[in-house]
Amino acid sequence: MSDLKISNLHKHYGGFHAVKGIDLDVPSGEFTVLVGPSGCGKSTLLRCIAGLEETSQGTIEIGGRDVTYARPRDRDIAMVFQNYALYPYLSVKENIAFGLRARKFAEAEIEKRVSRAAEMLAIGHLLQRFPRELSGGQRQRVAIGRAIVRDAILYLFDEPLSNLDAQLRDDMRVEIKRLHNELGRTMIYVTHDQIEAMTLADRIVLLRDGLIEQQGAPLDLFERPKTRFVAGFLGSPKMNFVDATATRTGVKLADGTTLDLPGQKGLKAGAAVVLGLRPQFITVAGKTVAKGHARVPAVIELLQPTGSRVQATLPLGGASIVAELAAHDVSKPGEKIHIDLDLTRAVVMDPQSGQVI
Amino acid sequence: MSGLPLHRRAGFRLSFRYLLAALLVIVFCFPVYWLFIISFKTPDEIFAFPPVWYPASLQFGNYWVLFKDGDAGTVWNSLVLASVSTFFAMILGTVAAYSLVRFKTGGENLAVWIISQRMMPPVAIVFPLFLLYVYFGWVDTYFGLIILYTAFSLPYVIWMMRGYIEDIPLELEESALIDGCSRWEVLWKVVLPMARSGLFATAVFTFIFAWNDFLFALVLTRTEVTTYTVQVTHYFGGQSNFWAKIAAMSVLGTIPVFITVAIMQRYLVRGISMGAVKG
Ligand SMILES: Nc1ncnc2c1ncn2[C@@H]1O[C@H](COP(=O)(O)OP(=O)(O)OP(=O)(O)O)[C@@H](O)[C@H]1O
Ligand SMILES: [Mg+2]
Repeated sequence: MSDLKISNLHKHYGGFHAVKGIDLDVPSGEFTVLVGPSGCGKSTLLRCIAGLEETSQGTIEIGGRDVTYARPRDRDIAMVFQNYALYPYLSVKENIAFGLRARKFAEAEIEKRVSRAAEMLAIGHLLQRFPRELSGGQRQRVAIGRAIVRDAILYLFDEPLSNLDAQLRDDMRVEIKRLHNELGRTMIYVTHDQIEAMTLADRIVLLRDGLIEQQGAPLDLFERPKTRFVAGFLGSPKMNFVDATATRTGVKLADGTTLDLPGQKGLKAGAAVVLGLRPQFITVAGKTVAKGHARVPAVIELLQPTGSRVQATLPLGGASIVAELAAHDVSKPGEKIHIDLDLTRAVVMDPQSGQVI
Repeated sequence: MSGLPLHRRAGFRLSFRYLLAALLVIVFCFPVYWLFIISFKTPDEIFAFPPVWYPASLQFGNYWVLFKDGDAGTVWNSLVLASVSTFFAMILGTVAAYSLVRFKTGGENLAVWIISQRMMPPVAIVFPLFLLYVYFGWVDTYFGLIILYTAFSLPYVIWMMRGYIEDIPLELEESALIDGCSRWEVLWKVVLPMARSGLFATAVFTFIFAWNDFLFALVLTRTEVTTYTVQVTHYFGGQSNFWAKIAAMSVLGTIPVFITVAIMQRYLVRGISMGAVKG
């Protein structure tokens, strides 16, 4: 059964068309991440689901019930906000209990649920404190606690980690994933951080300009992007794009290098194309050239070590590309090496439409 | 450079500040003291020259006579009028302000129009009002003055509360709406606690406006709901002024305000400075 079903949803802000017809089906228990660049309508979509914005057109069903015109409190949802939204005049305990009190739960039940939520989030010792006496990470835990004490069908998160520093963000990400596994609830999570999206999601919904560009399992989007936009958005460092001309069996780069693309069909010889190659699928040449790989010479322009890996900038076919190599495979800029391109993972796109061919 | 060591200069500066502060306190408190002390003097002491700085014995009779004649009841009248009108103005004004802020009721202009009502000089409307009140039979009634004070305070309350409510993060309210609150519950459980300092500060000022009103009370009351401000003027006689009574009545009229401000002090400072920072 699907817990959330959105059909042809539109949202206009005055003359501005923020959401332009979205269809979405979220199965029960799934962790769905809405991701996309700033201003693409992620928050707007989430707020429409929550009932905080009126929809201009389309329908929303939650738990099999049409809630398009229902008030937020009648939608059976819980939400975690970016800025925590904790009440400064209430203790941590009362903040967590707020939703239960609003729904007139019995005192004993409130007590039980709050302490269970506090235990899950390891904030049991903070219950008597006030929000101003907490660190950012602790506040975020309380905010999550407020949501999970409730028995909602749908749990919504709007960039809950964006106010935390990088270290804390990593910890909380793990925490949220663990919570999802333990609770098994349906969660919809908004972020503009593609790493968060990749690591957390059962399914990624990638938005662009108020429309769904592509949706699917994280690896699916990563390995089989449908458009240049998707290819470029997911993955870090970003996918390399090199202008090329299609041949019968592959592509020809600007400097004349020809690359055979295994399994690539439907290329129109002579047409302008864009070759997409992920930095992770480029390696320093080994003893033999693996099947489906191509070996080309390169001169290293720039190195950015990241610890176990190093990001090397080097020229390829008239463009500048980034390769993510093992830390000790290269030593310094100017070094002449050979690299192997894993062409089985390459994608070819139409430069005009951005569609993957 | 003076030859003094640094800590001694700092010490001088500090004692200078205390001296200045003490001086200011004396300047501001003296009239209050003088009023207070007159209310305990005999007529001879009041007119004595050189002035009597503190009377030989305290004449509680000045107060006793106010209570005996029932004059002190006018303080009670003022208290009822000011409290009840403040209560209603705060409720109506806060709800109206919330509506202006969150639902943009009436667009930008309604808010400005509302505060413009405040700029009308009371004297411009008091006589038309009087005729109206005579017609309705509201002259010299609690009801009449409470309505008037409430209406007159509303623009101020709306204007102030609008500022405080605008400062409340929208997320707090949205979060409450999702958690199961209705709009009224949001107002009660989120907006009021969040705007508490501002709420109290506004209430104190609203109270003091009504408390200090003289003009409306003078024109619209006779004997039943005379306020203490009007009562004081009765002691300015044709031949003589009853200074002791004037002073005693004024002291009685000061006490409630004094208590109110003392209780609300904490919120007053915060509420006022909140508004100040916002500008
Ligand atoms: N209340 C509003 N009035 C008018 N336009 C709005 C309003 N809220 C959002 N928009 C516009 O709608 C578009 C989508 O906004 P939205 O907040 O959904 O973006 P987002 O994807 O969440 O971006 P971010 O990652 O920056 O949070 C933006 O162009 C924004 O300017
Ligand atoms: Mg957003």
